[in-house]
Amino acid sequence: MQCDNCHDRTAAIHLTQIVNNSVTTLHLCEQCAAEKGVQTNATVAKFPLSDFLASMGKGAAGALPPGGESEKCGFCGATLQDFRDSGRLGCPHCYETFEHHLRSLLRRLHGSSQHVGEVYLAPLAAASDSHRMLIDLREQLRRAVDAENFELAAELRDRIRILE
Amino acid sequence: MDLTLLPDGGMTWLDASGPESHIVLSTRVRLARNLTDLSFTVRSPDSERETVLELVATAARQTRQLKDAALLRMDALDRSDRQVLHERHLVSKELAGLEREGQVRQGSAVLTAGDAGIMINEEDHLRLQCLRSGLALAPAYTELERLDGDLGTRLPFAFHPEFGYLTACPTNAGTGLRASVLIHLPGLVLTKEIAKVLQGLSQVGLTFRGLYGEGSEVVGNFFQLSNQTTLGKSEEDLLDHLAKIVRQVIEYEERAREVLQRDAPTVIADKVWRAYGLLRYARSLSFEETMNLLSGVRLGVGLHLIPDLGVYTLNKLLIFTQPAHLAHMEGRPLTDPDLPIARAQYVRRMLDADAARSSRGPQEKNS
Repeated sequence: MQCDNCHDRTAAIHLTQIVNNSVTTLHLCEQCAAEKGVQTNATVAKFPLSDFLASMGKGAAGALPPGGESEKCGFCGATLQDFRDSGRLGCPHCYETFEHHLRSLLRRLHGSSQHVGEVYLAPLAAASDSHRMLIDLREQLRRAVDAENFELAAELRDRIRILE
Repeated sequence: MDLTLLPDGGMTWLDASGPESHIVLSTRVRLARNLTDLSFTVRSPDSERETVLELVATAARQTRQLKDAALLRMDALDRSDRQVLHERHLVSKELAGLEREGQVRQGSAVLTAGDAGIMINEEDHLRLQCLRSGLALAPAYTELERLDGDLGTRLPFAFHPEFGYLTACPTNAGTGLRASVLIHLPGLVLTKEIAKVLQGLSQVGLTFRGLYGEGSEVVGNFFQLSNQTTLGKSEEDLLDHLAKIVRQVIEYEERAREVLQRDAPTVIADKVWRAYGLLRYARSLSFEETMNLLSGVRLGVGLHLIPDLGVYTLNKLLIFTQPAHLAHMEGRPLTDPDLPIARAQYVRRMLDADAARSSRGPQEKNS
């Protein structure tokens, strides 16, 4: 039997509809049925299940609403797609970059996006600066050691000791 | 690895001294924290993880609780040692690099002192953790709160006014708190009420897992009950809620045990003593069989059917009959059929010693 729609492929789906009290039967091929948005056993089995499995695999990211593919975290370079793939964000700054998406995700996950627990009081600005400086100095130290520049390494080590 | 480096072998939580320890084996609370201006662990290069390790270890050494903590670098230990630490519940499977296709990340380590510690470079930069015997949610959290406060003055944690503490996975954001209670529920399993109870848990925002947390199967009727959400409720509310539900589950379990004893006392006594007999005399035991038999014996101790057998002995058996622990004791790698034989041998030795201590031979038991 030919498909009633494209008159080309073989009909595989026989759709019986009741519209205004009259019964019509359409014989459609799989492709045309899919185009008309008819849910068949094949499509039901294929799509929602794969979506479901994908969302299981990616954990929380599976519940993320679509969109925002082009956004990229300015600090670590992670994208929303990275998050969808791994279920993990790249760095704390990602929460600001993807704030809009994450807010709705957090609401779905936790029922709220507003933290009401312990409030963190950051160490004084001076302490934060020295933290940043320590990170930089350590990085420089590692590079100096790799380059076997031991004079510089010794100096950097002293500066790190003072900061600590 | 020299396990004597670990204060108490990291196993104070096993001593069955805590509240409700006839049903609740242990309580674990953890707080996830990350440092500002650094990528999360999975995305960070080796050098950055080394930096995190140095910063955290240095800061932790200045705290009162962790000034004498032992630092164990996962990347310096071989697989069997890492497995011992995992079997001892001191590190997660991920940190120990024991997941399928997983490997140890450079810079991943654990700091541990008594019942508190920090996993460094796990999924989050810091996972502060506290493990206690029995049902002890509030004391475990109090200890962590102190450690967290102390560390927070030395390290800049990533914190957002709306989203709270920021974590690599949004399921942990907010408080970063996950509290779990390892509970033994053979009564509910035997009376087939367990499915209802577990279903009820998800309706009240809790979740359950197996003996080793995320992704692990339920063995020996041990369930880990924990909070599902971490954001939108205060730490105290999350802990109170979990404690309330756990108390309710304990009550259900006790009721189920009463029903079993009232309606099927012979069946239960037979089951319990068969489990004891197999453990005491078997020559080869698989891990799963051992767990199930230990569950039966534990139930027997709870019902006072087996007098004088210590819960501590049973707890130790739970840990030391695991593959890496047996290999560690034997001082060589063990595989089938040596492994189940070594296990049965160890169990016999422990139960014999316990029976000798309480001068209780098998012939005296006629409850």
